[in-house]
Amino acid sequence: MAVLVDKNTRLVVQGITGKEGSFHTQQMIEYGTKVVAGVTPGKGGQKSDHGVPIFNTVREAVEKEGANATVIFVPPAFAADAILEAIGAEIPLIVCITEGIPVRDMARVYTVLQNSKSRLIGPNCPGVISPGKAKIGIMPGFIHKEGTIGVVSRSGTLTYETVAQLTAVGLGQSTCIGIGGDPVIGTKHKDAIKLLNDDPDTEGIIMIGEIGGTDEEDAAEWIKDNVKKPVVGFIAGQTAPPGKRMGHAGAIISGGKGTAKSKMDAMRNAGIAVVENPAYIGRTMKELLKK
Amino acid sequence: MKLHEYQAKEILRKYGVNVREGKVVEKPEDIGPAYDAIGGGVVAVKSQIHAGGRGKGTIYDGEDPNTSKKILEGGVKIAKTREEAIEYGSKILGNYLVTHQTGGKGKKVLKIYLEKGTNIAREFYVSILHDRAINKPIIMASSEGGMDIEEVAAKYPEKIVKLPIEPAIGMMPWQAREILFRLGVPYESFKQGVPFLLNLWKVYDEEDASLVEINPLVLSAENELVALDCKFSYDDNALYRHPEAKDLRDITEEDPLELKASEFNLNYVRLDGEVGCMVNGAGLAMATMDLIKHAGSFPANFLDVGGGANPTTVANGFRIILGDPNVKAIFVNIFGGIVQCDRVANGIVQAAKEVQIHVPLIVRLKGTNADLAAKILADSGLPIIVANELEDAAQKIREALKK
Repeated sequence: MAVLVDKNTRLVVQGITGKEGSFHTQQMIEYGTKVVAGVTPGKGGQKSDHGVPIFNTVREAVEKEGANATVIFVPPAFAADAILEAIGAEIPLIVCITEGIPVRDMARVYTVLQNSKSRLIGPNCPGVISPGKAKIGIMPGFIHKEGTIGVVSRSGTLTYETVAQLTAVGLGQSTCIGIGGDPVIGTKHKDAIKLLNDDPDTEGIIMIGEIGGTDEEDAAEWIKDNVKKPVVGFIAGQTAPPGKRMGHAGAIISGGKGTAKSKMDAMRNAGIAVVENPAYIGRTMKELLKK
Repeated sequence: MKLHEYQAKEILRKYGVNVREGKVVEKPEDIGPAYDAIGGGVVAVKSQIHAGGRGKGTIYDGEDPNTSKKILEGGVKIAKTREEAIEYGSKILGNYLVTHQTGGKGKKVLKIYLEKGTNIAREFYVSILHDRAINKPIIMASSEGGMDIEEVAAKYPEKIVKLPIEPAIGMMPWQAREILFRLGVPYESFKQGVPFLLNLWKVYDEEDASLVEINPLVLSAENELVALDCKFSYDDNALYRHPEAKDLRDITEEDPLELKASEFNLNYVRLDGEVGCMVNGAGLAMATMDLIKHAGSFPANFLDVGGGANPTTVANGFRIILGDPNVKAIFVNIFGGIVQCDRVANGIVQAAKEVQIHVPLIVRLKGTNADLAAKILADSGLPIIVANELEDAAQKIREALKK
């Protein structure tokens, strides 16, 4: 069944005529995603290089093409506006790839999101893929394999590494959700894990966290009481020093909060199989499923 | 991006947050005139470095406190006369300040800030920052002024007041009043104190700060609130909205290698270990650092080369990593999704020929065209150690370090 994205997804691409937007639109179409519309203000009525109709606004794309999801490839200075436009058009799923949106903008967006009909994945994320069905985002489709493991992660390439490990041990994936590396994200670990927990086709869950914030601790608390499926966890940044931002805007230990140890302790306490060495993520899930 | 106290106070002043008159001084001969310019009397002589704990720090004549002479106790001094101000200032300028935040070594003090003295009746703490747990800014205050907030949180959590602020509405007057009441500020000071806090919110909001911290916030003997110290940092992602902030960056505060990396547009953080690493993507870069630890060593750095791992980027990455004399091996870990591994391999070969690499180089390329990439590396004639899976890479790092 998978979650968030599947064969029924009708996708809009905000920023379809940009370099990145155009490239990844092609990739998504090739993977089998139904890209039904693009949005670039001022270019409404034209068609993209891929033959996708372009509209001036997201609302038009929803009304004319029945779009039910959107992916945002818009530069950081305009990304908050793009997310708010999608919320305004009441699109159920918004995936924002953009990295570098100011916290001030995202704090405002988050407030609006709480009283909206939309779910936001990201920003600063690779997107969501349900292997064999469809993908929304920038992840390489070919490393994935259809199956029953759900993956939730704050990172891009580390998610690919995880997926490659799973595929190598013969475990396919139901849905992989890249929730994003920013301090303010629309869907946190806990929210994404809830979705996978409710999905009957997901048999096991992999949770990839990193230093900064307390979202992994919150998720662990919830998993402890609610999740019966096997969960494997890894936290990146066990060797990261406090007070230094490690690439992602959200990956920083500040005021003693957000350490890998605190997260790993909380996860162990919740019964999650915590992997310390990133080489063992896939194989640990394999072993857990044998039990 | 962090600012110095004197820069932060300039911003506070612009927004109408009460600060004392002050002047920044770089040369000993300017101390006297600066003292006169701010009206003389009692002044504070304050070292301007980015690390905290300056007041309780120690001034040495060299970077290493173990081999240097102690010059002065305290990096912030109260001078009662012009002569005293000159004496303290001259002892601080050009010497090194060691605090609990400078990491064992001293920071060279290139600037001091002379500030008009305040008759302190009480000291508080106040800050505004983003709270990730609720995705909103909060104002945080405590009656324990002058103490690190982490220490207060550990010892007297009940003394910390936190109020969430609706980002689109901003701080409301009731919130400013609530903070002042809870701190026990006398009501007669509210006429000045409420706008003080509301303006502080404006500083946080309009300047895209990630932190504005006033510690201590002082109630003077004249019942007036004064920002005696200020820590301010910008949200780096919002710097495009504040072009004027570019001039406030103090590159003398940055690690020379990190500075050079930022000129190359590389995301590099220097660490203490022996194995340099170059990775695409921040999460995988952190995981790679962790893998190095599991291989029995410690990472020398964090380095995310991003999506475009081309020859120039890779060559610059090697230059930065090798700029650290502690590096005994280099591990390149690239997961080629959209970026093709064979192109990355060509980049590595070209870069390795361009930059003299005198330490073992372990390369693991995974993803699109990984087989082709392995062949390019093997045929290059360079002593590149090719690794396949992460575990294999860890083993090869271990072996390389043994030799």
